[in-house]
Amino acid sequence: MNVEVSNTVDHTLVAVEMTGVHKWFGQFHVLKDIDLTVMRKERIVICGPSGSGKSTLIRCINGLEQHQRGRIVINGTELTGDTRSLDAARRDVGMVFQQFNLFPHLTVLENCTLAPIWVSGLSQAEAEMRAMHYLERVRIPEQAYKYPLQLSGGQQQRVAIARALCMNPKIMLFDEPTSALDPEMIKEVLDVMIELAQEGMTMIVVSHEMGFAREVADRMVFMDGGQIVEINEPNEFFARPRHERTKLFLSQILR
Amino acid sequence: MTARTFVRTAFAPTEPPPPEADSTALRFARSLLATPLNFSLTLLSIAVIALVLPPLIRFLFLDATWSGTGRDDCLANAGACWPFVRAKFGQFMYGFYPAGERWRPNLVFAFGALLLAPLLIPAAPFKRTNALLFFGVYPLVSFVLLTGGDFDLQKFLLGRFLQWNAVAGVGFAAGLRWAFWTDFLFSALAIVALAALIAALLRASVVAAVAATGILLAALGIVFLAVDLDFGLTPVETRSWGGFLVTLIVAVTGIVVSLPLGVLLALGRRSRMPVVRYACILFIEFWRGVPLITVLFFATYMLPLFLPRDVTFDTLLRALVGVALFAAAYMAEVIRGGLQAIPRGQHEAAAALGLGYWRTMGLVVLPQALTLVIPGIVNNFIGLFKDTTLVLIVAIFDLLGQIRASFADPNWATPVTLYTGFAFAGAIYFVFCFGMSRYALYIERRASAYGRRS
Repeated sequence: MNVEVSNTVDHTLVAVEMTGVHKWFGQFHVLKDIDLTVMRKERIVICGPSGSGKSTLIRCINGLEQHQRGRIVINGTELTGDTRSLDAARRDVGMVFQQFNLFPHLTVLENCTLAPIWVSGLSQAEAEMRAMHYLERVRIPEQAYKYPLQLSGGQQQRVAIARALCMNPKIMLFDEPTSALDPEMIKEVLDVMIELAQEGMTMIVVSHEMGFAREVADRMVFMDGGQIVEINEPNEFFARPRHERTKLFLSQILR
Repeated sequence: MTARTFVRTAFAPTEPPPPEADSTALRFARSLLATPLNFSLTLLSIAVIALVLPPLIRFLFLDATWSGTGRDDCLANAGACWPFVRAKFGQFMYGFYPAGERWRPNLVFAFGALLLAPLLIPAAPFKRTNALLFFGVYPLVSFVLLTGGDFDLQKFLLGRFLQWNAVAGVGFAAGLRWAFWTDFLFSALAIVALAALIAALLRASVVAAVAATGILLAALGIVFLAVDLDFGLTPVETRSWGGFLVTLIVAVTGIVVSLPLGVLLALGRRSRMPVVRYACILFIEFWRGVPLITVLFFATYMLPLFLPRDVTFDTLLRALVGVALFAAAYMAEVIRGGLQAIPRGQHEAAAALGLGYWRTMGLVVLPQALTLVIPGIVNNFIGLFKDTTLVLIVAIFDLLGQIRASFADPNWATPVTLYTGFAFAGAIYFVFCFGMSRYALYIERRASAYGRRS
């Protein structure tokens, strides 16, 4: 697996390409000169201290935040400010949030069929078939007619994954998917994510679950102060981190 | 001595809660009489009820006159004069709507009840058709029934703004003026062409633009046709409408218009586009800053001074527009409160799924926001229902206005006429306002069911 970003990569195999991306929140320089290329079917795990810009980085990939300088190209379409490129990017990119963000006024099934019906134009029957398929994949088809608040945190997060998958995304973003969960529920969500990784989904995961990272990541990205400090293969990353900041970070979280 | 370690060998069984130790009566008595304060408050309440209730019952029922034909029958008793209400019932309900034509408002009432009832019952089928009939067809039918229709439409856009009068004086057919309808046809074609041109220039879908304007204009054409056609109904001027009919028309129009308009204003006020935002803020703050009486007065007596001589609007219509816009401004602020309570994550999740602004609002944010502010919305509805009586100051006689007008009748001039009339008005207002409040409570419970764990 390539460690360095090269300019000779086959561009048809690139899922996400970020070059020289900068972003500011007011005066605060939150992303500084981000260069990151994610190949199709690649699994990237991003870690780093809080406030290092991890979430902002992946939120830029589906346009929830807009970058102010540099280029972000999703499956060959550049994310510019206009709606058309945004729609194209969001068609290809699914996202799972730390706080699940399920729609509490809709049942689990309706959560999953909403976008396929209203965005992709599926019929209700088709959308429900697809939704049940993915609910089975995340192992909660029996909860389809319940409302999100009737489910446990782990179940809600699995519904959120199914909801994103129902749009048939090519890339999945996970923004600290297990950070809001009770310890007993983390595994059920990670198991679903591992399965997804094994099926070849392109995944960019912000997470501090180092066991998960070791198991599925193709590359680890370590961020601090709005910059990418180190990109490395997991084995190397954990065994022989090269940057002093990475070493310090790992010594803090691994005991 | 307690053991330092413990391992459970059998699970504790789940048991029902223990029964209430005290009888209901005992608990009731305790809550009413427990402390000196509770005790004195209970006594005070009983005293107030004992003071108010018996005279009220005596006046309304026991001492009341139940039959008669004039003031002499009522003078004998100290209680309410119900024959007065019976004699004036028509006036209270319809104002001076001609007696022979009162089947028309009756039909409007009946249609309204028939269409509204299934709309309010969540389990009733065909909600979409039902809503379309109630919000789309019913106002038009009511308008034609109540006014009599057969309006003489003269000019549309080309005629008014370009003085285009190619086929003037050609004549009428079935109450339709040919000059108007050719004007309408060509104006419509011009608008559709313009929309197509703009769409082409903006590189948007020309087909969609043509379809959208075409459908809108066709709907407008149907409205004009219904209003223009001669159905053989006697025209009844709005000046002779009155009573409960007017109360309902003003209240229902206000309620039906203010909700969607309030939603749009609330969304506009939170818009990222400065022009839209400031326009909405200006609108809301203007209408909230002016008393309803001023609005009605302005619309009725001062607006005509600023409009061209040949542009006239019906007095009732002006009051309706005033009330609706006034109510919409208040509604907008209530709904904005609900919108603010929806977490940003909901917007983000919808955006990440590819839902655009209107679908995010319509499918995700508004259903939750409106549910949250049902109490505020219904508060506004009830306030509006009672405020309708202010149209009195622009010489429109609603229920209360007609009741007050009827006090002047010498045939029914008794000491109790005034009280009887107001008791009747109070009862009607109470039934409607209390009904709205109870229905809202029911919907609120239903809608918030998703928030509970079961």
